[in-house]
Parts: sequence; structure tokens; C-alpha cells
Amino acid sequence: MLDHLAYEAPKPKVIAGARHDWELVIGMEVHAQVASQAKLFSGASTAFGAEPNANVSFVDAAMPGMLPVINEFCVEQAVRTGLGLKAKINLFSAFDRKNYFYPDLPQGYQISQLYHPIVGDGEVIVDMGPGLARRVRIERIHLEQDAGKSIHDMDPALSFVDLNRTGVALMEIVSRPDIRSPEEAAAYVAKLRQILRYLGTCDGNMQNGNLRADVNVSVCRPGAYERYLETGDHRHLGTRCEIKNMNSMRFIQQAIEFEARRQIAILEEGGEVVQETRLYDPDRGETRSMRSKEEAHDYRYFPDPDLLPLELDQAWVDAIAAALPELPDARKARYVTQFGITEYDAGVLTAEAENAAFFEEVARGRDGKQAANWVINELFGRLNREGHTIAESPVSAAQLGAILDLIAAGTISGKIAKELFEIVYTEGGDPVRIVEERGMRQVTDAGAIEAAVDAVIAANPAQVEKAKANPKLAGWFVGQVMKATEGKANPAAVNALVTRKLGL
Amino acid sequence: MSIDIDTARRVAKLARISVPEQDLAALAEELTGILRFMEQLNEVNVEDVEPMVSVTPMRLKRRPDGVTDGGYPEKILANAPDAREGFFAVPKVVE
Repeated sequence: MLDHLAYEAPKPKVIAGARHDWELVIGMEVHAQVASQAKLFSGASTAFGAEPNANVSFVDAAMPGMLPVINEFCVEQAVRTGLGLKAKINLFSAFDRKNYFYPDLPQGYQISQLYHPIVGDGEVIVDMGPGLARRVRIERIHLEQDAGKSIHDMDPALSFVDLNRTGVALMEIVSRPDIRSPEEAAAYVAKLRQILRYLGTCDGNMQNGNLRADVNVSVCRPGAYERYLETGDHRHLGTRCEIKNMNSMRFIQQAIEFEARRQIAILEEGGEVVQETRLYDPDRGETRSMRSKEEAHDYRYFPDPDLLPLELDQAWVDAIAAALPELPDARKARYVTQFGITEYDAGVLTAEAENAAFFEEVARGRDGKQAANWVINELFGRLNREGHTIAESPVSAAQLGAILDLIAAGTISGKIAKELFEIVYTEGGDPVRIVEERGMRQVTDAGAIEAAVDAVIAANPAQVEKAKANPKLAGWFVGQVMKATEGKANPAAVNALVTRKLGL
Repeated sequence: MSIDIDTARRVAKLARISVPEQDLAALAEELTGILRFMEQLNEVNVEDVEPMVSVTPMRLKRRPDGVTDGGYPEKILANAPDAREGFFAVPKVVE
């Protein structure tokens, strides 16, 4: 089985400055919330939208004497995610304290994994079009606690703090600086989200903040990136700025675009880019500095004395690996080879695991190409227009399959099939019975079709003369016959008869 | 290793501990003394010795994924100097 279809790397984006050309270098830190019931180190719920401070235990509130106990499921999801990104799983990892003060962090430190992360080197293949993809190396994934939420707009003088999110498990997925355009950055997040959803380790809900990205952006002259790859020396890539906490693909692109131009303007005027953390303001379409420079952050990391190192058994990891689902790249490659559909269509069908499962049920034992056309054009097209997901589809895979079977058996024409689909979509019901009850069967009886053709020819002598001079007009007769038979005549049979009768 | 006054000031600031300027010199000296005491450990040869993380042969204890805690916001907020509408209320923090 193919892991991935063949691809070439896209060209990096080049931005023309006032003086010369520049290239972008982008690395990402994606925070993905683990799809667990309880938090990473406490038994409080992770449910979104609870009353403020209802999903908080004394551990999360950092009451004196409370000790963290790790959630085994969260560990398993981090390992699954690592395996899904073809990454090295570290059988030994450990937790460290990242110390800083903020009102939504009652411990005064975040438990994270700086020195010994649970997952090491991996990769994500970011599709940029058929035959085109960027391989982005993953440096590490570590487990860490989320912070709480501060609300600043409920009172003019106060901030309100809700600790419900405090201590929820996050996987921080850190890429190498291999992303070379704003579009690739958005596509990278989309691909990561797709893989996480296939794995079921994170629901990928960006609106709820369950998937958010910090983006590191720098600019360099063409050729500098290649020198970095040769030497491993990051200085070739220029000074980077980190844009924090973005949860929209569109804003990620806009922020990178703005930030690159800001840095280019500074450099071309002979200035220096200051390494700093910035925030993107979508209303103004610009990034701005987030932390004052003199107060450089010093997190004073040290091993968390409350937690022993996390040691995994190879056999446990192997069992997780054996139970991994088929992932998007492999599934897409299989669709192309097994069903003979285009890479583009295979990409559409595999975008969500649920969509792919639906398609496979329709395609089972049927013509894969035809199934793909109907699923993509008729069903997905309709669902998208109405803003529905596949789970909300009024047409089941079995119903759509039955429609395809009716076409294959010659019971209905493709045109009638679309009407039938419309009926099934809006009213529901068994397609076979609908065809019988509403008399939608295609007329294949040669005698009946012939009679209809004869009638049309007899009624239109003038058109017959014209058609004899100009054979293209035969189509008009086919149309008239189809109309007379309410579309139920087999179009191919009508066409053959009209041509013969007109002597064309 | 010795701690100078600037480092002492910085460490105090990071820890959010208020130390009057005139006390910094004494604090730096005290911290230096502690570090010197610890540095005696450098004299021990630990080559090929695995770092010990526990005095008993224990592995990290794990728990299953289930909601077993929470649901008592009034207790969480009981010690808060200021709480409103179920939230902790703190002086405005805006980045």
C-alpha cells in the first residue's frame, strides 16, 4: 500500500520588496486539546461551555497540598498522535515547570515537557494541489496544561477569570521552519487538523479554541534557506517574530502576510527586526508587539518534583500503533489506485473520515468513479450549499447506493436519477419504491419509443426537412421525444431511432 | 557561582517578592552561600551513574480518564478576595 501519492515540493513564495526579493520562513507551534473527558492531572471535566469555575478541582485551583496524577488516556493520545505523524516515540519523557505569573494560572507555573518530550522527530505532508506537497518536519510533541480564561470586557476596571480550561491536556506540536508561504501555513494547520480528527485524538474545533497556532515568521534572501538546510544554522533564516494564539486559517494567512511585509520594510530601511511576541488584530489587519522588550521572559524551567518521569513500555506503544486507522495520505492514495478517481476527487472524499466512510459504503460493489461523482457533485455539493455536514445528510449511503443500482440496471436514466435524488433528499423513502410508485421507470420498450418518435416526426414536417439539410437539428427531435415521454425514454435509444428515421 | 545584586533583584522580581534595595546585597550574599553549599556536590564523581528520581522503585502513577472531581465553584471561589458572577475578579490585565 502506498503511504502517499508521488509529489513535488512547491516553490517558496517570493515577496518583491522595494530593493530586492525576499522569501518567507515559517515554523509553527500548534496547541491541540486532547479529546479526553477529564483534565491532564485532575479528575475535573473538560466539557466546553460549563458555568464559570464549575469544572475546577482543588488540583486545578492549585490549593496547597494537592498533587497531580496523570491521565493515562491523555498519554495514549499523545502517543497516537506521534505515531500518526510517523514520529519517534520517546519511552522516557518527563515533566517540567514553566514558571510565570498570570491571573489565569493559579499554580504560578505550567506543567510542560521542555527537556524530555514524549514525541520526537516526525513529519506532515502538506498538500498544495495534485502532485504538489510540502514535507514539513515535526520537531517534537509535548504534553502540557492549558491555562484558564480571562475575560476583559465584563467590567471597566476588572478582569474576570474562569479556571474551567485550567489544566486541560494540550499536545503542543512543534514544526521545523519548513513552511514557505502563508497558504502553506494554513494548509499545514488544515492537514494537521485532518490527521488529528482521523486519529480521534483532538476534535479540531478551532472556534472553541481546541486547536490554536503560534506562528514564527522571518524573512530572508533567496538562497538563505538552502544554506540553512545544508548547515543547520538558523541564523541564515533571519530574526523571527512569534504571532501568538491564532484560531482561524484565514487570520493565520493574513497575519503572516502582514508580518512579512512589516519585517521587509524594516530590513530594507536598514533596521533590525527585534525578536518578540506579537498579536494579530484582525480588525485592523496588523500585528502588534505583545510584551515589552526589557522584560524578556525567563521561565526558569526545572523538573517538576511532584511527577516521576513518564516511562512507556514498547509493547504498549506497539499495540497503539497496530490499532491506528488508515490515515488521510494512505487513504487518498488507495482511492486513486483502487477506484481510478483523480487525486483531486480523492482529496475531497478523504477530507473528513466520516465523508470517506460514507463514500466507501456507496462505492462498495459498485462503480467507484460513478459513486465518487454522485457523492461529490450531487450530495456534497448540496450539503455544502445548505451548510450541512455528512452526519446531517438526509440521504443515507444505502439510499444513494440504491439510486446508483437503478441507473446501472437501466431502470432509470441519469437524468431521472437526479430527479429521484431530489425526491429522496427532500422527502426520504426507498428509491426502488419511489421509482415504481411514481412511474419513473425509463421506457426501454422499443415499440413505445418508436411510436413516440414517429409521432414527433409526423407532427413536424418542416423540421424534418431542415434536419435533413442540417443533421445537427436531430437533437431537437430527441428533445421533443424526451418531453413527450416525460423524460422516461432511454436517451440513447431515442437518439438511435431519430437518426435512423430521419435517414441521417 | 556567585549571585550579584542585579541577579538578586531580577530573581526577586521574577518571583514577585518585594525586596527593598538596601536588602539586596545581603540577599545576594545569602543566595551565594546556598549555591556554594550545593556546589560541594560537584566534587562527587557521578560518571555512569543514572540520575535517581525516587528513593523507592516506583513508576509514575496513572489514573483512567473519567470525571471524578469538580462541580463546586463556590468552594473554588471561597478564598477569592473578590469574586463576581462565578468568576474570580482581578485588577484588569490587558496585553
